[in-house]
Amino acid sequence: MSNAELLPPLLIAMPILAAVVPIALGLWFDRTGWSVAALTTVGLFAATAYLASAVRTADDAQITHVLGGWNEPQGIGIELVADPFSTLIALLVTVIAASLLAYTRAGGPRGNAFYTGYLLLVGGLLGILMTGDVFNMFVFLEIVGLATYAMISSGDGPESAVAALKYLILGTVGASLYLIGVGFLFMATGALNMEVLGEAIPQIADEGGSDLTLLRAAFAFVFVGFALKVAQWPLHAWQPDAYQHAPDGITPLIAALVSTVYAYALGRVMFTVFGVEFMATTPYLQEIVVTVGAVSVLAGSTLAVVQQDVKRMFAYSSVSQFGLVIAAYGSLTETALVGAVIHLIGHGVMKAGLFVAAAVIALSYGARSVDEYAGLAENRPLAAGSTAVLLVALIGIPPSAGFVGKWYIAVGAIEAELWPIAGVIFLSTMLTLAYAARLLEKMYFTPATPVESAHPPGVATDGGLLTGSDRMERGSPDAVSLGMLVLLVGIVVAAVLLGFAGGAFYEWLEPFTSEVFN
Amino acid sequence: MIEWTLEILATRYAYALMFILMGLGMYMMIANQNLVKKLIGVNLFQTAIFLFFVAIAYVEGGSAPIVPAEGGESVASPLPQVIVLTAIVVGIALTAVGLALIVRIHAEYGTLREDTLREVRADE
Repeated sequence: MSNAELLPPLLIAMPILAAVVPIALGLWFDRTGWSVAALTTVGLFAATAYLASAVRTADDAQITHVLGGWNEPQGIGIELVADPFSTLIALLVTVIAASLLAYTRAGGPRGNAFYTGYLLLVGGLLGILMTGDVFNMFVFLEIVGLATYAMISSGDGPESAVAALKYLILGTVGASLYLIGVGFLFMATGALNMEVLGEAIPQIADEGGSDLTLLRAAFAFVFVGFALKVAQWPLHAWQPDAYQHAPDGITPLIAALVSTVYAYALGRVMFTVFGVEFMATTPYLQEIVVTVGAVSVLAGSTLAVVQQDVKRMFAYSSVSQFGLVIAAYGSLTETALVGAVIHLIGHGVMKAGLFVAAAVIALSYGARSVDEYAGLAENRPLAAGSTAVLLVALIGIPPSAGFVGKWYIAVGAIEAELWPIAGVIFLSTMLTLAYAARLLEKMYFTPATPVESAHPPGVATDGGLLTGSDRMERGSPDAVSLGMLVLLVGIVVAAVLLGFAGGAFYEWLEPFTSEVFN
Repeated sequence: MIEWTLEILATRYAYALMFILMGLGMYMMIANQNLVKKLIGVNLFQTAIFLFFVAIAYVEGGSAPIVPAEGGESVASPLPQVIVLTAIVVGIALTAVGLALIVRIHAEYGTLREDTLREVRADE
């Protein structure tokens, strides 16, 4: 067994074990959580980078670890698998998780219990990425879910508890529907291992009969379950509340990573487990998937246009961006699949940046609604400039991460002769422009109003930095640490640079796509 | 048609019961105004799924899957039961987090009813 084979289980075990440390050390020391989290996440990033290079040189471009050495021929033993698709998203997860600590260091939330939740969340996300077993995936879905609910409710206001409970109930339903789907899959095939399922399903699809009906039911449950988790219209109702009321330091993490990993899980189940052949031969399946995605794109961006709260606006924008990914999955072409993965990565980076920018602006300028952003460019040029660049990237103006993803998805949709998707991408770009332009116009062309902010700055953080007396007129620029600015600029640069990386992604994903599409 | 339905119900009544139970859980989640009862609805929904898994594993005339099985006898599949054990643990953790959130909501707003909660939040 080579070294790299030990990495997938370590990537999951390390953050979960490290999550205990802050609580244990908390018995003696007050502030150890941040250091433990920083050490662990940087270590995870290094391990993921090593794993990625090992995946690249491996024979079949994947690294498998059989837990407990239990090689059961029926595919019941649990496997951890790292392949190009999962390591790519794992790199995104570890990079964002490590770099966001630069914000929480000064911006909060603080406390040892908080960092325990943070590490549990990262561990669960890596678990979803590495697992090669459909039931194991359910367990990690729930670990991520539990950590997310706890993170959201760690905001100061009671509103965050209500938002977290709403998410808890809907998220549980989503995961439970997925579990029913797993039950149907197990009834039809008697296996839980993704690769074994991927080989068994085309045979059943050829034979037909009652097992095929079971498979179709399984797909329906799995798809609806994930549509709820990824927040597709009309199952998105939990998401705006959850993003808006989560603490500022945590929204970037949840918005950039949790939904992205859920979308990865859906892609994994659709392409590795069910396979392209099953999806192409099942009547109306492709149409339904594409319709759900396309409607989400339009509904999400339309709802984003009418929002007043900036964080809420970005949340609705996520509904629309993930709709694009689902529609790309549904078009069942290699180019569209690569486009979906690029868009997942690009959207993760851009949304993380936008929410960090919103947090920095709330901290330093006391602005949370679109109207309060007036005059931002004059007073806080760096934050305003970063937001502007990220918004332009989100619209999809080249060179930016948003453009490459959309471009590949559009080309893939046209290859599949699904012209409506190309139309929807065009429309969504227009609508994204509509809500981005509102913000840009306020920041750059509306003079600052002397109105005192309706929301006192720092209300959603427990930083204790901004008490009423030492606050300046509109927030305090002193509250923004150097780390936050470096993080913000770094994300902006990454969002632009990723715009040139389309070809590299295509090449990197080649082993995965060629296996999916033979 | 009626005969077909009756036959399905006679042979697969366990599945039918599970899905009725699931529907009841879902209904409680949606229609009940009390937050604790909503959470009980979530639990009922999950329990129905656990029972569904146990029903998958059932083998006509099979004995309990305890090693060593008495020679040549058919046993119920142990795997779905193991799955359910894991899922029950997950369900308990979810209920605990949900109840903790409800305690916090009650401490802040002084109500457990969703409609009252909506009014209180609208006033603020």
